[in-house]
Amino acid sequence: MTTVATQIKLTPEHNARPRASVRSRLQDALPKIVLAPSFAITIVFVYGFILWTVYLSFTNSKTFPSYAISGPRAYQRLWRWTFESDPPSSWYTSITNMGIFGFLYIFICLALGLFLAILLDQKIRGEGMLRPIYLYPMALSFIVTGVAWKWFLDPGLGLEQTLHQWGWTSFHFDWIKNKDFVIYTVVIAGVWQASGFIMAMFLAGLRGIDGEIMKAAQIDGATTFQLYRRIVIPLLRPVFLSAFIVLAHLAIKSYDLVVALTSGGPGGSAWLPSNFMYEYTFKRNEMAVGSASAVIMLMTITAIIVPYLYSELRERPR
Amino acid sequence: MLRKLLIGTALGSGLAFAAHAQDVKEVEMLHWWTSGGEAAALNVLKEDLAKQGFAWKDVPVAGGGGDAAMTALKAMVAAGNYPTASQMLGYTVLDYAAAGVMGDLTETAVKEGWDKSVPAALQKFSVYDGKWVAAPVNVHSVNWLWINKAVMDKIGGTEPKTFDEFIALLDKAKAAGVIPLALGGQNWQEATMFDSVVLSTGGPEFYKKAFNDLDEEQLKSDTMKKSFDHLAKLVTYVDPNFSGRDWNLATAMVIKGDALVQVMGDWAKGEFNAARKTPGTDFLCYRFPGTDGSVVYNSDMFGMFDVPEDRKAAQVALATATLSKSFQSAFNVVKGSVPARTDVPDTDFDACGKKGMADLKAANEGGTLFGSLAQGYGAPPAVANAYKDVVSKFVHGQIKTSDEAVTQLVNAIEDAK
Repeated sequence: MTTVATQIKLTPEHNARPRASVRSRLQDALPKIVLAPSFAITIVFVYGFILWTVYLSFTNSKTFPSYAISGPRAYQRLWRWTFESDPPSSWYTSITNMGIFGFLYIFICLALGLFLAILLDQKIRGEGMLRPIYLYPMALSFIVTGVAWKWFLDPGLGLEQTLHQWGWTSFHFDWIKNKDFVIYTVVIAGVWQASGFIMAMFLAGLRGIDGEIMKAAQIDGATTFQLYRRIVIPLLRPVFLSAFIVLAHLAIKSYDLVVALTSGGPGGSAWLPSNFMYEYTFKRNEMAVGSASAVIMLMTITAIIVPYLYSELRERPR
Repeated sequence: MLRKLLIGTALGSGLAFAAHAQDVKEVEMLHWWTSGGEAAALNVLKEDLAKQGFAWKDVPVAGGGGDAAMTALKAMVAAGNYPTASQMLGYTVLDYAAAGVMGDLTETAVKEGWDKSVPAALQKFSVYDGKWVAAPVNVHSVNWLWINKAVMDKIGGTEPKTFDEFIALLDKAKAAGVIPLALGGQNWQEATMFDSVVLSTGGPEFYKKAFNDLDEEQLKSDTMKKSFDHLAKLVTYVDPNFSGRDWNLATAMVIKGDALVQVMGDWAKGEFNAARKTPGTDFLCYRFPGTDGSVVYNSDMFGMFDVPEDRKAAQVALATATLSKSFQSAFNVVKGSVPARTDVPDTDFDACGKKGMADLKAANEGGTLFGSLAQGYGAPPAVANAYKDVVSKFVHGQIKTSDEAVTQLVNAIEDAK
């Protein structure tokens, strides 16, 4: 705060008005004072702990943090596990699952959300009732979603059992019990939960588009498809950015969904990197490996998000 | 001004002294026994302490077989805010003792004669560096079969004494249209069953060398390969829907008669008791075929932390009450386990409990009491979990042959050491 005060004193403006009152100085500094605590908290609890995790990943920490640097053994182990595909190491399973889950989850949510939003935007009757129905799953926690879908997908309890009782005995759907398909059930539950919210985002974007442009295009003879393809979707670009960022971070942190839905899957086949991280840090007492995996997750996210943000935000002429 | 300050300091320290002189009559206890039967069992201890005038401050952290509680404990200890005691398992006690945060109960232990009455195998985890740091509450053993008697009578089965007889029994159940083996396809359940399979296939000596001493020769031996073959054989008798099932649901299948048998630790008996079933008439408890005479155990411990002087009296009272014969009997009757000291009378226990106590005593004297690797009493958590990974991947088909399983097991354990 002292630096702020000196700076104010030194600016020519203030020299010109020698009797800058305490009140006006305070007013100048007020936003900084108000923001300072949250700024400090962010510095310590986000960036401070990122550095702390990086540091731990180079130590030999097991149950408790140890402070002696002992080299990149944790990274060497992860690197080795990255290529152990037969039988798959837990790390290999985690990162391939992250790829499958991340891609499908983001892609399907965006596509489905946009599709639903366009349908709802056709000035249909009962929109006020339909919209909350789609949006409602977002109000549930991942744990609730996970447990509900676990029961629904369980061949002995849910869908398969019900259809068998109704007479369709050849029906077979046991993905949740199948090591090769269990990750797709996580996608199903995740998409069910988030696509309504993405729809709401797109719907807000659609409502923000100037009707005049649409009318002009229609007068020029554009078909509905062309209208959406050439005008509406390009105009929704900022919404795509927001939706992508919301989905990407949901995908990366969806630890609880995997636990509630599959409790790790058969032989750990539904793990995501976040499960790996928790498992190694807290259950296996290999804090160094857990930290290293967290660092790798962070770097991967950075490598994807930063270029995307950069390309999206740079083009805005401002 | 100075005078005021001095008086203030004197007053302050005086107050602190007064607080020291007065013992805190309170026990702060972290645990994850929140389900009905477990909470009832813990209540026995709570009442014992209340009689001596100690208040009970409960810190229950439910869920995850103690994972959540252990995370909470880590945070409490890191903040320097030690509980009086915490429920702990195996190597966790030793980890905390190595970190120097555990108390010292040796004085009480000598007075109460714990070193004579608590089995030596358990003392490995409750004594660190010659000091008693934890009070064992119970001993669970995992090499049990739980059988539905009605189904057993229907198919005309008898107690299997060898692995082959066990397979024959499972075949009979299959032919009768019952699910032969109730298994929950979660890694710890599969590994718990495999503990028994290894003990049955290789015998006590082999189990100890492979799963307690982690001897590589034994781990990659043909006996281990044969154990995996046996496991593969057993897995053919489970229903297709087993993957991910909770252990108590698998027990429920046996209780209801949908399935013949479950291989599970004696905590399964708690479920039978809760369903008001009687051993001998409704269900049968046998040792896993070929493991009679040996006990693969795990044990709940109350780790005692290095609390300030004024809380020590409460801690000693807690530890003494925990290992008192009356509590050991009352608690374990409810919990389904057996007492952690071998000199407790078995009058209150049911048939399975009596057998469990006799087996524990015999195994302790005969040197065939071994820590369960699946339950974290055979090796540190990193190794135990690597082991569970391999067994689970084998059961679910990521690892396809028993040759490969043996290679993976050796590598995984080497990697985690």
